[in-house]
Amino acid sequence: MAYSDKIRNIYTSTIDEIREKGIFKQERYIHSSQAADIEVEFPTGSALKKVINMCANNYLGLSSHPDVIKAAHEGLDTRGYGMSSVRFICGTQDIHKELERKVTEFLGTEDTILFPSCMDANAGVFEAILTKDDVMISDRLVHASIIDGIRLAPAMHDTFKHSDMAHLEEKLQLHADKRLKVVITDGVFSMDGDTAKLDEMVALCEKYDAMLFVDESHSSGFIGKTGRGTHEKYGVMGKIDIITTTFGKALGGASGGCVSGRKELVEMCRQKARPYLFSNTIAPVVVSGVNTVLDILSKSTERRDKLEKNTEFWRKGLTEAGFVLKDGDTPIVPVMLFNAKLSQDFSKALYEEGIYAIGFFFPVVPQGQARIRTQISAGHEIHHLEKALEAFIKVGKKFDILGKTKQEIIAKYGQ
Amino acid sequence: MAFDREMKKFYTDQLEQIREGNLYKQERKILSAQYADIDVEHPKGVRSEGIINICSNNYLGMSNHPEVIIAARDILTTRGYGMSSVRFICGTQDIHVELENKMSLYLGMDDTILYSSAFDANLGVFEALLDEDCAIFTDALNHASIIDGTRLCKAKKIRYANNDMDDLQLKLEEERDYRIKLIVTDGVFSMDGTVAKVDKICELAKMYKALVMVDDSHATGFMGKTGRGTHELMNVMGEVDIISTTFGKALGGASGGCISGRQEIIDILRQRSRPYLFSNSISPVVVGGVLKVMEMIMHSSERKEKLDRNTQFWKNGLQEAGFILTSTQSPIVPVMLFNAKLSQDFSKTLYEEGVYAIGFFYPVVPKGKARIRTQISAAHEKHHLEKALDAFIKTGKKYGILGKSREEIIEMYPISDKL
Amino acid sequence: MDEMKDVVLKYVINEYLEDEDEVLTYETPLISGGIVDSFSMVSLKRFLENKYKISIPDDKATPEAFDSVTKIVKLVNEFLK
Ligand SMILES: Cc1ncc(COP(=O)(O)O)c(C=O)c1O
Ligand SMILES: Cc1ncc(COP(=O)(O)O)c(C=O)c1O
Repeated sequence: MAYSDKIRNIYTSTIDEIREKGIFKQERYIHSSQAADIEVEFPTGSALKKVINMCANNYLGLSSHPDVIKAAHEGLDTRGYGMSSVRFICGTQDIHKELERKVTEFLGTEDTILFPSCMDANAGVFEAILTKDDVMISDRLVHASIIDGIRLAPAMHDTFKHSDMAHLEEKLQLHADKRLKVVITDGVFSMDGDTAKLDEMVALCEKYDAMLFVDESHSSGFIGKTGRGTHEKYGVMGKIDIITTTFGKALGGASGGCVSGRKELVEMCRQKARPYLFSNTIAPVVVSGVNTVLDILSKSTERRDKLEKNTEFWRKGLTEAGFVLKDGDTPIVPVMLFNAKLSQDFSKALYEEGIYAIGFFFPVVPQGQARIRTQISAGHEIHHLEKALEAFIKVGKKFDILGKTKQEIIAKYGQ
Repeated sequence: MAFDREMKKFYTDQLEQIREGNLYKQERKILSAQYADIDVEHPKGVRSEGIINICSNNYLGMSNHPEVIIAARDILTTRGYGMSSVRFICGTQDIHVELENKMSLYLGMDDTILYSSAFDANLGVFEALLDEDCAIFTDALNHASIIDGTRLCKAKKIRYANNDMDDLQLKLEEERDYRIKLIVTDGVFSMDGTVAKVDKICELAKMYKALVMVDDSHATGFMGKTGRGTHELMNVMGEVDIISTTFGKALGGASGGCISGRQEIIDILRQRSRPYLFSNSISPVVVGGVLKVMEMIMHSSERKEKLDRNTQFWKNGLQEAGFILTSTQSPIVPVMLFNAKLSQDFSKTLYEEGVYAIGFFYPVVPKGKARIRTQISAAHEKHHLEKALDAFIKTGKKYGILGKSREEIIEMYPISDKL
Repeated sequence: MDEMKDVVLKYVINEYLEDEDEVLTYETPLISGGIVDSFSMVSLKRFLENKYKISIPDDKATPEAFDSVTKIVKLVNEFLK
């Protein structure tokens, strides 16, 4: 150890810089289960406040759904708490295999392999299936975990402009001579809530002999008519070679992720993906919960239908009130404020009104595109949304941005 | 999508090669909770009950301790199943912070940050702390997750021979001019059960002004007098700057990991470490279980002592029976067989005798060092270990290796990596 | 030579600039200036190789050699001979 003053100073000044830039991340402590109504301690040390949560990935309201809790209780009783082993030593239970089978069926793929998280699935998949003779062509806005997976893979990497199909085609032509080509995209992009044009991408991949990879973390369970995901929405089920998704959002929100797709690719992951080989198996109690989530979703589309209605209500309400939104129809609804400080002040004012929603600004989103990102849930009742809408309108009036265009807001607050 | 016949063949061929190289990994399905004895389906369709498990990381027997189950049940009811959020948006509950504080207290560090796994902790720590002007001195046998973490970091990577302090010193001497230098090692090396010379590493770190990071995944909870880890064992508590560890082994075995360390370092990780910023929060039910485990082991070292006694009994038994062990200093007790095929056959015979232990061979361990790795648990009762010992002795006799020297075993089973 | 400069400049503008108003000259630092990241350098290298039918060995494709349009053109010309 030599944690000298020199080293301490290096880190202290880095932290100070982050603070000065106004991008210091501060946790808020929640004292209740994850739900539409939560109890929060913020700032740290202050009295608990009951607020409406508008920023969880709890899209289907299943994170503390009684049926899921009940299943987890049963899982605890029959299959225990932890496995203390990686999958291939002594960490595979029958329920792990059952979950892999259920996910395969739900997504309409050939096979599935579980990972401790979707972060790990993305970190491990490319290295397991590609070599230096191959190329990965990714949308420029894919999730950070995909970037890390790409960085760990030996294949060449290139990008195409966000959802720009002409540019993607150019890149497919440029790399025509590579042995294997993988086109990589998120199904729903988490910051804007827009969807990838999977139908066009499938056509391009067919034309240029490439595989297609889609991260469905923000879609599995609720996008598409029966909630299978973006591939269902675009009518290309069965045509996606690799899907990754998480159980940490709509599907119960506890933890875990997976790679689902072509049988051979999944098998390659089982043999070679490092986070699968070298990290603990998913806890039985978590697996039991997800198994039940998939049962619920396979039986009825009630929850995703409710989410769709809630989303329509919310988008319509905000638009009519005069907010600038990002276009789209997913439950990710960004309210554009453009200015970083405004987004933070807005979030604070909302919190005073009993609404929990977070401001996002550079570097999480591009410079000058600061926003409040709201996320709708089937756990919201209309009264939650009405109350949240009132608060938004009140705060919007306070900052005088209602009915204003992008240019007017920027003129007022700067970029 | 264009997963055509050609691509399919490309992958099928690779899988075939893996099979031919005998590297194919096959799961066995467990039909019960994780205990000292378990119900297993293996091969497919064949169910065996009461198999003694001697290869899990359930060192303290906490994976299904009734008190842990009850605690997890309670938290499920009061704090729910999932958080559906990363930590800094809306994924932090009071219990997450409580667990971080407990870990800091237990490990004797300033502060702690939780991750989805120790794998993710190791993946995210280096890049956040070090840049291209820094250097990482890394033990040649460090865990895969440390290797991946360093691969994601721009700092210069300098490997030193396993636990070889002369080599480390040499490298520190040669590579001096970096803004920050970090030495990183596993606390216990999981294939051999040996302990890193953390005391000597801390000494060298002082001499050469380097930071020290120890991955105590196979140590936290049971190594050292009160189980705090290899830094306690080696009397250097307070001198290690960064500890990473897992909740996926001794501490309940569900999932999750953490980095514990100097205040500023943890502060930086909370701002910059990618797996913390971009992956879901640990689920409340898992946190609830770990909290109970920590409460229990902070309160009493009874389980650790039982583990020590079990390990001693097991090592003595195997040695007296005439097996060759590594110079292990932990509950990881590898039985050396040298020949890869022998290790596979031995494992199979053990299973027929009702004992579940796995053979490890190249490339997981070096060529000619194939072994059965056993791992002892506080969940084992004497009768489990006695029964397992009987099975080992019976199997050892069958293969005629009891009391034989390394050379004699190799003569009978010449070293080859073919199975 | 100048023609090649314009080809490269146009490619960089099309490929990497998000903001259309940004001005890029032959001398603008691309990599040290944060316009092209080391990841994207790969596609730039590949574009040059395809366009000019050359092959640039990895040890020549350094961030320094790619740091401006002028430098890139100089590099390409080395391999055209
Ligand atoms: C030394 C070491 N570090 C890290 C890990 C990964 O831990 P986790 O299962 O929490 O990802 C392991 C377990 O495989 C390990 O042995
Ligand atoms: C698109 C995308 N992929 C992957 C992840 C990571 O998922 P997990 O929380 O399971 O690691 C996220 C969540 O943050 C995400 O938004």
